[in-house]
Amino acid sequence: MNSLKLWSAISMIVLASSAGDVLLSSAMKRIGDLDELRARSGLLVVIGRIFGEQRFLMGLGCMAVGFFSLLTALSWGDASLVAPASASLTFITSAALAKIFLKENVDRRRWVSAFLVCVGVVLLAQ
Amino acid sequence: MNVRKYLVLLLVTLFAGTGDILLKVGMNQLKPIRFSHLVPDLFAALGNPWVVIGILCLIAFFASYLTALSWADLSYVLPATALGYVLITLLSKFLLHETVSVYRWAGVLLISCGVGWVTRGPALTEHQRDGTKLDGQPLRNRQEQHELA
Repeated sequence: MNSLKLWSAISMIVLASSAGDVLLSSAMKRIGDLDELRARSGLLVVIGRIFGEQRFLMGLGCMAVGFFSLLTALSWGDASLVAPASASLTFITSAALAKIFLKENVDRRRWVSAFLVCVGVVLLAQ
Repeated sequence: MNVRKYLVLLLVTLFAGTGDILLKVGMNQLKPIRFSHLVPDLFAALGNPWVVIGILCLIAFFASYLTALSWADLSYVLPATALGYVLITLLSKFLLHETVSVYRWAGVLLISCGVGWVTRGPALTEHQRDGTKLDGQPLRNRQEQHELA
C-alpha cells in the first residue's frame, strides 16, 4: 500500500512536470533569448514578457502541482529514490512530447543521451 | 554555445540538486504527510526553514532553467542538466548518510556519459526559434504571409 501511494505521487510528478516543461519551453521560445532581451530592454521588461505569456502561466500551474506532489513523495520515501524515479520517467515523456508538440529535432545523439540518462537514473533507484 | 550558456546550464544543475536535498532535510524533520490532512500538512511544511531555503534554491533553479529554455531545446536542456541527479546522489550519501549501492554508482556513471554526449551536439532546432508549431503555424509561413501582404 505504501509503495502504491509512493508510485501514485511519482506518476503525478511525472505527468505534471512533463506538461509543464513543454508549456514553459514553448513560452520561452516565443519570447526569444532572455539574455539578449535583458541586454536590450532590461530585467523588468523580461519579467513582464514572461508573466504576460499565457503558456508560461499554464506551465507554472502544472509545475506547482508537480512540486506539491514532490513534497508529498519526499515525505514518503528516500530522496535518492523519489528524485531519480520521477526524473527517469520525465525524460521519456518530455522527449516524446518535445518531438510531437514542439517539433524539436530529437536526433540519434539526443535519444542516446536520453537513454543513457534514463537507464542511469533507473540504476540510481536500485 | 558560449561559456556563459554553459554556466547557465551549470546553475540549473546546482540549484536543482541542492534544492531537492534541502527539501528532503526539511521534510525529514516533519511528520509524514497524511492523505486525510494533505493541504494543512503541506502548508505546515512551509514553516520549516530548510523547506524555505530549498524553495529559494528551486526559484533560482527556475530562473536559470527558463533562461536556458529561451535559447535551447527542451530535449537538449533536460539531459544536459541531468548531472543534478548525480549531485543528489552525492549529497544523499555524504549529507543525509543514505546508502549508495554499486548500482547507483553505475547509474551516476551512465548519466555523466549521457550528459557529456548531448552537450557536444547542437542545442537548438533551427526552424523552432519561437515555438509557433504549437498553434500549427510555422514562423516561416507567417513571414511569407507578411511579405505577400
